[in-house]
Amino acid sequence: MEVGQLQRRLVDYTKSLLTEGILDDQFSQLQKLQDESDPGFLVEVVSLFFEDSEKLLNDITGALDQQSVDFKTVDGYVHQLKGSSASVGALRLKNACVAFRSFCEEQSLEGCLRSLQEVKQEYYNVKNKVETLFKMEKQIVAAGGSVPKTE
Amino acid sequence: MTVEDHKGGLAGEDVARDRFPLGMRVLAVDDDPICLKLLDTLLRKCQYQVTTTNQAVMALKMLRENKDKFDLVISDVNMPDMDGFKLLELVGLEMDLPVIMLSAHSDTQLVMKGVTHGACDYLLKPVRIEELKNIWQHVIRRKKFDSKDQNKSLNEDRALHGTEDGGRGFISTGNADQDDRLSRKRKEQNEDEEEDDEENEHENDDASNQKKPRVVWSVELHRKFVAAVNQLGLEKAVPKKILDLMNVEGLTRENVASHLQKYRLYLKRINSVAAQQASMVAALGGKDSSYLRMGSLDGFGEFRSLAGSGRLSSSALSSYTPGGMFGRLNSPAGLTLRGITSSGLVQPTGQNLSSSINTLGKFQSALLPSNQSASLFQGIPTSLELNQLQQNKCTTRIRDFNPIKDSRGFTVTTSFSDSRVNVGSSPSLLPGLSSNSLVLQGNPHQAHNGGAFGSQSSLGAASLTADAFENCSGGSSNFLVHNQSNESWQGTVHSSRFSSNALPLNEPFNHDQLPSNNLSKSSTSPHIGNSSIDFPSTSAVLAPLEDSRGDVQCHEGVIGNVVHSMNYPSNQNWEEQKPDYNHNLNHTVSALNSLVPANGIVNPLSQSLDQNTAICSKSFDVSLISQLHDGALSIDQNSEVERYALGTKMTPNEDYLFEQTRSLDGFTQNSFGSLDDIMNTLMKREQNQTMLCDGEFASDAYSLGSCM
Repeated sequence: MEVGQLQRRLVDYTKSLLTEGILDDQFSQLQKLQDESDPGFLVEVVSLFFEDSEKLLNDITGALDQQSVDFKTVDGYVHQLKGSSASVGALRLKNACVAFRSFCEEQSLEGCLRSLQEVKQEYYNVKNKVETLFKMEKQIVAAGGSVPKTE
Repeated sequence: MTVEDHKGGLAGEDVARDRFPLGMRVLAVDDDPICLKLLDTLLRKCQYQVTTTNQAVMALKMLRENKDKFDLVISDVNMPDMDGFKLLELVGLEMDLPVIMLSAHSDTQLVMKGVTHGACDYLLKPVRIEELKNIWQHVIRRKKFDSKDQNKSLNEDRALHGTEDGGRGFISTGNADQDDRLSRKRKEQNEDEEEDDEENEHENDDASNQKKPRVVWSVELHRKFVAAVNQLGLEKAVPKKILDLMNVEGLTRENVASHLQKYRLYLKRINSVAAQQASMVAALGGKDSSYLRMGSLDGFGEFRSLAGSGRLSSSALSSYTPGGMFGRLNSPAGLTLRGITSSGLVQPTGQNLSSSINTLGKFQSALLPSNQSASLFQGIPTSLELNQLQQNKCTTRIRDFNPIKDSRGFTVTTSFSDSRVNVGSSPSLLPGLSSNSLVLQGNPHQAHNGGAFGSQSSLGAASLTADAFENCSGGSSNFLVHNQSNESWQGTVHSSRFSSNALPLNEPFNHDQLPSNNLSKSSTSPHIGNSSIDFPSTSAVLAPLEDSRGDVQCHEGVIGNVVHSMNYPSNQNWEEQKPDYNHNLNHTVSALNSLVPANGIVNPLSQSLDQNTAICSKSFDVSLISQLHDGALSIDQNSEVERYALGTKMTPNEDYLFEQTRSLDGFTQNSFGSLDDIMNTLMKREQNQTMLCDGEFASDAYSLGSCM
């Protein structure tokens, strides 16, 4: 595929993600920040995010798996996950975290477990989508073009 | 990245400074690596020089090893190794750097916490670059205030070396905002810690970075201070000498230094307030009703109660057209009166108060029939010009008030008149306060308040006349006390930084009532220094000044009154008692404060007096006077604001202590301008606040006339 096409596809794809609410404006902002002086910025941040999130998800799972669940701890993790999601612009994931937290407050184990599932789902979802996005970007660059900014 | 780390960095340490805000050195602390990374990148985009760490402990270490290494700190709120707020405090205390809090939570409580702990800003995650582009303003702001304060203090008594020392120093040096904030914060902290301290002074441990027990500037202490300053002459007053003159054990030079600084600010504010008074008055004319109501109402409300009716219906106060008062109040005294009257205090039955209030207003004109020793109002009349509110009535009322107090000496009114309303001149405003030992004193807390007030005076009312200051302290105690008790006060009174306003005056008012008085009339935000005035619930703390609670705050600047952030004693009592009253008081106080730097004091007192009286129906010892004093205090510093000494202690049943410090000296006269302001603010506030003074003040006590 030629560059122009690739670029168009990328733009459309990104737009769709925004529309679906998987990503939000924060992500766009980050994209804009990425420029010549800091080309790998976005990728770096996002990778960090993935790493951190997976760790958190594991921690949460573990905490909920305890004999006597410490909801405060769980809440703490979720809060953190929420914060980072918001920072990278993973909107749906963030919202899922918010819902999760209310269950923590209620101290409802069942609710928490369900929320955890949702959160995990959202997480993998956004991970996939973003990775696809990056792949597309790489393709463009490989084809000699430059990554278009999404407006 | 490494390269970026150094970008605009080392090579240009100096260069960076010159290109400020570019190259500003920021330390970012956040345990979340993503956020940290993000922050890092964003900050670099703003061309700041960034250092990051994900551990608060590490951050502290870096800061400590070289205090001059950073310009600004950004910190997350939730961190595993240390609470973000704690870090905030420490940084503020030790390094005096601006700190910005960051959090994903936009919870109001948290934000409030941030503010009270001294954060200069609170940002929400995810943080946007636009917001980061402006953070350098905090550095500039702090620098400005710091140097300003420093110079002042340095020149004067190079005492501020103590600023380095822990909190104390910090307070002294901090810029006004910071100072206030910190003071407030400290006050709160201290309050928590030392609420029981009744003594005026707390030994201050060596200036250290830890929170030391604050010295409570009780009325007496403040009085001594003022006396010493006067003796030396304001220009020549240096902490060391003052300390020697005061001859108080346990007081350190640093304490005196910071207190002096605040006092100066207070006086200054009073002076400026006076200038504003005129304009305020003018403005008030229009809004008199509202203003007067606000401020004066509170006080008046009380008056009303005081006004013999014993039950001055605070409502009456509201009826007082604050505006009217204010207009009249030009003479601060008038203001307060007005405020008081408007605050409904005067309302007592509507008329009594008004009359009393008027009388207050009349202070200016004629200081209420001072006969009543308690005629605090009398004192006020001169300044207070109880405007329209039925001044006539008020005046008479005030008289009534006086008697109210069972011979309490409502000297309040008298004090006013005596005090030469020049409030400005002699801080003696508080005298009343002190006399009553500021009722506050009765309350252990009061003592605090008194002190607090004194300190509060930092409200910018630098011009707090010594007396006023004192009063303020006294009053503040009242006010502060109010603050304490009146939670509601806090809002208003807090601002009553009475600093200028002798807010403290009124504190004695029902604690309950006034507590909120925050006479913080200090127009700026009458934050009546939360004087831990615990005004014994009884002390109805004339806090009329405290009224500034709500109102006072209005009078920013006007009240210069020491609206020290009064530590509002959690004495709810106050509130319960006369929340309104407090309001009124506050208003009055504030009004007073605003009114007159000198008058202000008087007014507030008067106001409070009114209120108090109203409130004091019970026989309050209206320390309103003190409030008035406060008002007066704010009045010119030159004009010795004679403490309005609302000396009239109205000892309401509840023991409202309204000390109407008579120190109205000069209160009424010049300062009233500020009172007006105070009143206005009070009035405004008052409106919201229900006149506390519902008759509770033994309006007699309110005879705060002394307040006048």
